[in-house]
Amino acid sequence: MMNPSQGRGLGSGGGSSSGRKQGGEAVVEMFPSGLRVLVVDDDPTCLMILERMLRTCLYEVTKCNRAEMALSLLRNNKHGFDIVISDVHMPDMDGFKLLEHVGLEMDLPVIMMSADDSKSVVLKGVTHGAVDYLIKPVRMEALKNIWQHVVRKRRSEWSVPENSGSIEETGQQQQQQQQRGGPAVSGGEDAADDNASSVNNEGNNWRSSSNNSRKRKEEEGEEQGDEDASNLKKPRVVWSVELHQQFVAAVNQLGVEKAVPKKILELMNVPGLTRENVASHLQKYRIYLRRLGGVSQHQGNLNNSFMTGQDASFGPLSSLNGFDLQALAVTGQLPAQSLAQLQAAGLGRPAMVSKPGLPVSSVVDERSIFSFDNSKPRFGDGIGHHQTQQPQMNLLHGVPTGMEPRQLACLQQQLPVGNRMSIQQQIAAVRAGHSVQNSGMMMPQQQPFPRGPSIRQPMLPNRITERSGFSGRSSVPESSRVLPTSYTNLPTQHSSTSVAFNSFQQELPVNSFPLPSAPGLSVPAQVRKPHSSYQEEVNSSEAGFTTPSYDMFSNRHNDWDLRSIAFDAHQDAESVAFSNSEAYSSSTMPRNNNNNTAVAATDLGRNQQQTPPNMVPHHHQVYGNGGGGSTSVRVKSERVAADTAAMAFHEQYSNQEDLMSALLKQEGVAPVVDTEFDFDAYSIDDIPV
Amino acid sequence: MGKCMQGYLDEQFMELEELQDDVNPNFVEEVATLYFKDSARLINSIDQALERGSFDFNRLDNYMHQFKGSSTSIGASKVKTECTMFREYCRMGNAEGCLRTFQQVKKEHATLRKKLEHYFQLARQAGPKETARRSK
Repeated sequence: MMNPSQGRGLGSGGGSSSGRKQGGEAVVEMFPSGLRVLVVDDDPTCLMILERMLRTCLYEVTKCNRAEMALSLLRNNKHGFDIVISDVHMPDMDGFKLLEHVGLEMDLPVIMMSADDSKSVVLKGVTHGAVDYLIKPVRMEALKNIWQHVVRKRRSEWSVPENSGSIEETGQQQQQQQQRGGPAVSGGEDAADDNASSVNNEGNNWRSSSNNSRKRKEEEGEEQGDEDASNLKKPRVVWSVELHQQFVAAVNQLGVEKAVPKKILELMNVPGLTRENVASHLQKYRIYLRRLGGVSQHQGNLNNSFMTGQDASFGPLSSLNGFDLQALAVTGQLPAQSLAQLQAAGLGRPAMVSKPGLPVSSVVDERSIFSFDNSKPRFGDGIGHHQTQQPQMNLLHGVPTGMEPRQLACLQQQLPVGNRMSIQQQIAAVRAGHSVQNSGMMMPQQQPFPRGPSIRQPMLPNRITERSGFSGRSSVPESSRVLPTSYTNLPTQHSSTSVAFNSFQQELPVNSFPLPSAPGLSVPAQVRKPHSSYQEEVNSSEAGFTTPSYDMFSNRHNDWDLRSIAFDAHQDAESVAFSNSEAYSSSTMPRNNNNNTAVAATDLGRNQQQTPPNMVPHHHQVYGNGGGGSTSVRVKSERVAADTAAMAFHEQYSNQEDLMSALLKQEGVAPVVDTEFDFDAYSIDDIPV
Repeated sequence: MGKCMQGYLDEQFMELEELQDDVNPNFVEEVATLYFKDSARLINSIDQALERGSFDFNRLDNYMHQFKGSSTSIGASKVKTECTMFREYCRMGNAEGCLRTFQQVKKEHATLRKKLEHYFQLARQAGPKETARRSK
């Protein structure tokens, strides 16, 4: 086996962990061999294979087929291991529980693995703080690089000491760090030095950026005194498992809708951590969640806001039922372009963004939307999985990320329209707490939405298209008239909104959406006709988003509103909404669906909770961004929608830093469920559902 | 691996063979042995559960998840496919589908076992190096 001395040396994390054994001596060169791995799996075949593979990588391996045993092993040898690899499904203890324990008690990096590659599970891994997730069968290549997690963790430990950042106490920290990293640093090993310096840099000052130099560190140390690390420059925060867990806990505590960086920051109470850090981390998190397609409850409003804004750019979507979704986008906070980007990002690609200022001409857009549909499948893929679960509902529920709207849109598109339940149905479904699956299942699988005007289809009128308003298409024939619903939906029903948008006529209370009154709303009636069909289609495509329950939408409601307005035929809206919601629900969250729908149902006004990541992108489209799209129309509602759309765009977060800021500003507006929609003009009651 | 194995074992199996070396010359056979022993246990459990007639789909799915996991680890592709089907039926709550598919699972499993036994036998005869060469 491994040479014990080797093991030891590695134990120090490649020489960089000052806390561990002596800093790198000769070990560094051997790194990563000797890495001490604890592997836990109840499957003896897998265990044997893993052991063999790890040994081949020159790691030091300890096998364990019971989680409890693994924990006691770890507890008895606090520093005896460098990394843990654990299976997810184990008889005596859930792998995630083990993961949490290890993270809390020993703070070791944990890699989860499973034959289960469903996004929801992977997402769970992430939210519980796993540093990686391997899908079985595990290959050698995957194992060869696990040492990176050890190094990364060490570094992050240094940078955010005790989770409390205390960045401000730079001088002090630096000293501490220096001492800690002393041996390693002075060791002179490259790895150690690198780690140490970077850690020091980061820890002390967030100045990180380069790991190199000790001297840099020293320099910084000197200056630290007067620096307010957090404000000075973008500090580089390393999100350790603990920190991330705190973050997740805070987000959960706040609730998806309310999770804004400021509050998260407060809850986390980590000195030295800035709002920007949290914000950018939140972005990533949302994107991740979206990507996973899981229901991310955590997604806060931000997502929503993003989404809304972004919808606008979804040209195709914008045509949602003839609304000027695009207008929405335009009006929305997000500039069409950004929306487009966001959408694209959110969608993962389909770049719906095509036209930033897409005119409402839904007809045209719709076409594009359809094209999106095909492209969107991407999202749908993720979403598709969810589809089975609660297609639409999910969307709304889970996908907090901004992408939701878009995704929804995408999803919807992808999802065969058949699923489009009428918004009302969806809403009803949501209300009932069932997943939107609607009779037709909005999201059924990602089938591209080619449905055309007939999208109205299956949407069950009773179902409220969760989609937030995409109403339109699907099913709700009557709902389409709902126009107002779409609008109204927004504010009132987040969840239902999606459905409501379009036509929730029936159940959607939203029907009373003031939409018609919406000033900008050019009355769907007008729009509808030609658009409606398209819209519907669009919706349907968007429905991919599945979960009409847009909690997300609620935020995004704006989107819906706009949309709903657009379609004169409620149906359109419905379909749209459904599509959106569907998309979302399906994509995002199968799990969320339940939650979302319920939520959505309950509170249309809610800011969409978690717009399924997948959905989001679509959403945008559909909505045209609730925010951006309907520029003309409901500015207000749009705005809200825009937010959600913006949120959808979260995914893209790379660009989103800016968006983030923009959206964050809006956040105030956003996602709150009823309040968000600022539909002044509309009175939800009016909408005859 | 030869024609006889085609379709039954996928690249994963080859990965395992690559882990074999002079120090661990019988690694693959050891793994296979362990697999068949463990999977026989699982098959038994599932059989019993099915015979009872009370279709506890969750539990069945759980067993099958484990079974599928190990089958995947050794690269038993056909077995894996059948396992997936079985789980689908479980998810749908389709008892009849489960029963039917499970027969397939067992069948593929038995076939694989025979083939592998034969394979290892040949390998032993040919000698370790030969085995490695042959598997490539």
